[in-house]
Amino acid sequence: MSRVYLFKPFERFWHWSQAALIITMLLTGFEVHGTYSLFGFAKAVGYHTIAAWTLVGLWIFAIFWHVATGEWRHYIPTTDKIIAIANYYSSGIFKHEPHPFKPSAINKHNPLQRLTYLAVLALLSPLIWVTGGLYLFYADWSALGLDFLKLEWVATGHTLGAFLMLAFLISHLYLATTGHKVYSQVMAMITGWEDLGHESK
Amino acid sequence: MAHNLHRVAQMVGLASWLVLAAASTAWAEAPKPPKHTTTADHSKFKELDHKFDTGPEVTKACLACHTEAAKQIHKTQHWKWEFTNPDTQQVLGKKHVVNNFCTSVKSNEAACNSCHIGYGWKDDKFDFTVEENVDCLACHDATGKYKKPSGFAGNPVTRDTEFPPGSGKIVRGINLSEIAKKVGPTKRTTCGACHFNGGGGDGVKHGDLDSSLEAPNKELDVHMDVDGNNFSCATCHKTDGHQVPGSRYAPTAKDKDPAHLRGKAETTNPATCQACHGQAPHQEAKINNHTNKLACQTCHIPAYARGGQPTKMTWDWSTAGKMGPDGKPMTVKDEDGYDTYMTIKGNFTWKENVKPEYVWFNGTVHYTLMGDKIEKGDKPTQINRFEGSATDGKSMIWPVKIFRGKQVYDPVNKSLVITHLAGNDNTAFWKNLDWDKAVAAGMATSSAKYSGKLDFIETESAWPITHMVAPKEKAVGCVECHTSNGRLEKIDGIYMPGRGSDHARWLELGGWAMVILTLVGVTGHGLIRILTHKRTR
Repeated sequence: MSRVYLFKPFERFWHWSQAALIITMLLTGFEVHGTYSLFGFAKAVGYHTIAAWTLVGLWIFAIFWHVATGEWRHYIPTTDKIIAIANYYSSGIFKHEPHPFKPSAINKHNPLQRLTYLAVLALLSPLIWVTGGLYLFYADWSALGLDFLKLEWVATGHTLGAFLMLAFLISHLYLATTGHKVYSQVMAMITGWEDLGHESK
Repeated sequence: MAHNLHRVAQMVGLASWLVLAAASTAWAEAPKPPKHTTTADHSKFKELDHKFDTGPEVTKACLACHTEAAKQIHKTQHWKWEFTNPDTQQVLGKKHVVNNFCTSVKSNEAACNSCHIGYGWKDDKFDFTVEENVDCLACHDATGKYKKPSGFAGNPVTRDTEFPPGSGKIVRGINLSEIAKKVGPTKRTTCGACHFNGGGGDGVKHGDLDSSLEAPNKELDVHMDVDGNNFSCATCHKTDGHQVPGSRYAPTAKDKDPAHLRGKAETTNPATCQACHGQAPHQEAKINNHTNKLACQTCHIPAYARGGQPTKMTWDWSTAGKMGPDGKPMTVKDEDGYDTYMTIKGNFTWKENVKPEYVWFNGTVHYTLMGDKIEKGDKPTQINRFEGSATDGKSMIWPVKIFRGKQVYDPVNKSLVITHLAGNDNTAFWKNLDWDKAVAAGMATSSAKYSGKLDFIETESAWPITHMVAPKEKAVGCVECHTSNGRLEKIDGIYMPGRGSDHARWLELGGWAMVILTLVGVTGHGLIRILTHKRTR
């Protein structure tokens, strides 16, 4: 059995706090949207706003960390072995074939993960940030010269981001169970060590 | 030991209570220094020290010192009952408009003009230039004893008088000399004597103005709260040369100016909320964000008619005329004692704690005046229409009371009509219950044409809600609007988070489809994994 140390303490902290904040914002955001009522509109707005600013703070640290440590390289997209990996998830996994990608400290994410995370970090997140920021500073649109904007567009963009984030969350939670054991990848994100199983002895 | 300690504590407690009680009694008995809120004691004026038989005699005495007062009054809307809207050029005011309560002052002056601040306006021959005709006491009575009974053309009654003549009912005379000696500034009760009774009775017309505001608590009105701010009407409706600002004929719908500063010339309406509270009165920025679209009243007046006095919501004149079982005019009351049917007036409904309706309003009100074409159709005729939209840059969302009525009109000339209701004559509707005579007599006082035919038409009038400001804890909560079918469901032209009708359909359908497909996908994938796992074992 082989184990590999993948996630440093800051990464794990970033991951879990970000997870908690995003889940909070999905819960409160869809309440603000009018999908259901849970905390009450006023509280939902309050929690959503606090979580948003907390995430902004977290990201400032995370960006600094990624730049300072060079860890940003893990999100450089690649197509290497991408077909093999797609094949693995669509058929190989059912036949217990070995995973074509072996993570390591210098290459933590398989190419599909790289693409997905890059999309989440570089496309989806900015969509939510920008629309959310505009939402927060709605009163200052005139002062900022943004009068051409309509709250409807901003809200629609923000809601689109929320749906995409929710879909990502569902698939991410599921794919976390596809490691060597059902909990291997979750454990990796808790302890930093991932169990890769017997094959890679 | 513990027992002893307890006794000592008790005795100390009793002793200190006695000391406190004695001190507070002494405090209560200490004579209060007289509070001189004014430099003139009218009871010492020899001009007022004689018997007055009529209103104009009192006014003459007032004008001996207050030489310019009548000239000021003559310029006011309170005096003229006429107002030309500078935007629409419509000539409005009680003298001209037809509403859906008692419909019109015209042809009913002797009754209605008990609320005119003048003496003797009984028909269109009233002389508006006579200074003695100004009624100072209507606004400046401080005794609460000054009364102008309906039917006397705005004159007080100074000797016991049978009214209507032959009815056996006696109107008690009042002592004008006593009242004249005790004049003072206007109060909630002096303004309220007319404004709380608009539409012919307590709370009838406005919904946010009724006798409960004579001595309101904080729950009912934070500003007029007798134990708190204790504002009079004039605290906000701050007069300038007897001109009272804040008329609903041309209200300030959107006040973008800063709070007024003492000493600085005031150029804007002092009666708006912003005139004191400014543009960013909330501590939370997110709440201040609302002030560019919402009138303060929209959130801060969660309901009107909150003081225990219901307001009239509907009035159907078409059912008037049914006699009681004894063949005489009747009055039917609800369990709370409010009239729901009167032979002379038709059917009414009353309501307390009413949630307002909401409209975009830019300050311009269009009235349907005599001679304006109206059509009987699916929609009621608008007695007045609040202009406004989400996009004109001048509108705010305002709370209004919509009063729904059904009243006589001329179906041939397609116009509202003047109805002669009150009077001790052969044509007055309240005397003879004959619409043909009442409308013919009413229309004879107007220059408008009357075909001789009449019918009933449904009408709506709108009244801005601006009084009965609740404590901030009782303001309308976010979710009452930020939801589907909330208070602002019918407000168009804006996106409101939480309101389902604002959602983009493609996004709702597409978004949830994507989420469900993702769930189905991962569940299916997981199931296959479980099944193949077992098989390979």
